[in-house]
Amino acid sequence: MLQLRDLQKTFFEGTPNEVRALRGVSLQIEEGAFVTVIGTNGSGKSTLLNAVAGSFLVDRGSISLADSDITRWPEHRRAAMIGRVFQNPFSGTAPSMTVAENLALAARRGLSRRLGQLLPARMQNELRDRVAMLNMQLETRMHNPIGTLSGGQRQALTLLMATWRRPALLLLDEHTAALDPKSADQIVRLTEQIVSQHKLTTMMVTHSMQQAATLGDRIIMMNQGSVHADYAGAHRRRVRAEDLIRRFDEIRHDKRLDVSAAELLRDVYV
Amino acid sequence: MTLLLSAWTIGLILSVLALGIYISYRVFKFADITADGSITFGAAVAASMLTRGVHPVASSAAAFVAGCLAGMCTGVLHTRFKINQLLSGILVMTALYSINLHVMGSSNVPLLSVTTLTTYAQNLGRWMTGHDSATLLGWPVSARDVGSLVLVAALVILIALVAWAFFHTNLGSAMRASGDNEQMIRALGVSVENMIVLGLCISNGLVALSGALLAQYQGFADVQMGIGMIVWGLASVIIGRALIGTDSVGAALTGTILGSVLFRLIIALALRWGLNPNDLKLVTAIFVFGALVVPMLTQKLKRRRHAAAS
Repeated sequence: MLQLRDLQKTFFEGTPNEVRALRGVSLQIEEGAFVTVIGTNGSGKSTLLNAVAGSFLVDRGSISLADSDITRWPEHRRAAMIGRVFQNPFSGTAPSMTVAENLALAARRGLSRRLGQLLPARMQNELRDRVAMLNMQLETRMHNPIGTLSGGQRQALTLLMATWRRPALLLLDEHTAALDPKSADQIVRLTEQIVSQHKLTTMMVTHSMQQAATLGDRIIMMNQGSVHADYAGAHRRRVRAEDLIRRFDEIRHDKRLDVSAAELLRDVYV
Repeated sequence: MTLLLSAWTIGLILSVLALGIYISYRVFKFADITADGSITFGAAVAASMLTRGVHPVASSAAAFVAGCLAGMCTGVLHTRFKINQLLSGILVMTALYSINLHVMGSSNVPLLSVTTLTTYAQNLGRWMTGHDSATLLGWPVSARDVGSLVLVAALVILIALVAWAFFHTNLGSAMRASGDNEQMIRALGVSVENMIVLGLCISNGLVALSGALLAQYQGFADVQMGIGMIVWGLASVIIGRALIGTDSVGAALTGTILGSVLFRLIIALALRWGLNPNDLKLVTAIFVFGALVVPMLTQKLKRRRHAAAS
């Protein structure tokens, strides 16, 4: 279970570029839940994910995962419990190392790394079998540098790597956004398959209303650094992509209203 | 022939330095100027121990450890105190200058009258040739030169094999990945900061070991001997990459060693043909500049040609 209490984060505090990225986010995500997170650009959805992953420490609030308070843990320590897939397909793999080496590195996520061999002979078969399950014919390219593969192939392998050892939480940050439509579909299907197979607690940021409406069992809509709407249970099951889009338009409309009100006030008083 | 043998030997000794630079520069993309200080540090530590009668092997091992400490300092300055890469190296290098003077007690320590690895090399050479001198391909050579070359070659091969094995362990692979993709390896639970400290540690340990070997081969340690050594290492690494183009660990290590030897041979020939020794560092710097810029220019040309064609 993931529990967020009143998370706050301001970037560039005290400068003209100050951004209040998170303004008190509280959330509780149950074990095994698959949550999609949506929101406009700058709504704080990716910031929220990065706060949980530990890319930065929050200014205020607390994060607890599987009964550990991880608020002050550095990123690499949290990685023992958290699997991640990034938006950029090149971010999740080490390009000059081989497919097998990348997978073997992931197989020790969160474990100590000493002078044991990275790729002992007995491991090779297991690696190949699990790669074969992707049905992407990558098992014949185990010893090629992973940088020679396509974005879709690398993203599929990153997903496999993030879940190689079962994580207490899987974080997916718009992990299909940079792919062509066909690869994106393939990755979405793979995500569904892996998440349901291992019953993973998952947070997935997405820009696609279609994905948000079809995937997962709960939707969080972020706006201006806080949770704007939370669709769960029966409510979630009734939601369709069109409803989400309408809700988005309302947010945009409100924002425009705010801007025009500000202009009006300025015209009158300044 | 003696010239050729000594060029090979020095090339191999400096390939240990180049292997160190390979770790900092190729694995971590960290231009670690600490090397200029730590090569002298290694020579100083080994020399002052040798003159006190410590066993040459123990002295050389101590030089390695000393280099590790220097590298650790640079790593800690950079990762814990967030000082920029180059400046961390400069600070440690500068501090080492004073430390080296203290360790040596003077700016130059002669080693000709003490037992060093070269003494063993000479005995080895005598045992191999049966005399104090021999002929190699019709040229007279001394047992000392032959023995040194054989001993150094064996040592370099051993170091390369250990390095190769290390880079295929869990720890060594995590180190390579830290240089290749920080974000990825952090997400897999590795502290990139610790990897950088460890990497610089090993890197400068090798550099210092190379300094210890060099001092024993040339028969003295000098406080100035480290100047420009990082550029030498870079040149070797770059030549190595040009010689063997792939990214696999084995190829990169082999390339780096061959690069160092080849570079030393080129320099020896240039000196033979009348290059002023004072111009050596200038030529090395220009060479590295060229090696860094030429690939960029050719790429630009290619792109322009590509654009013109389409």
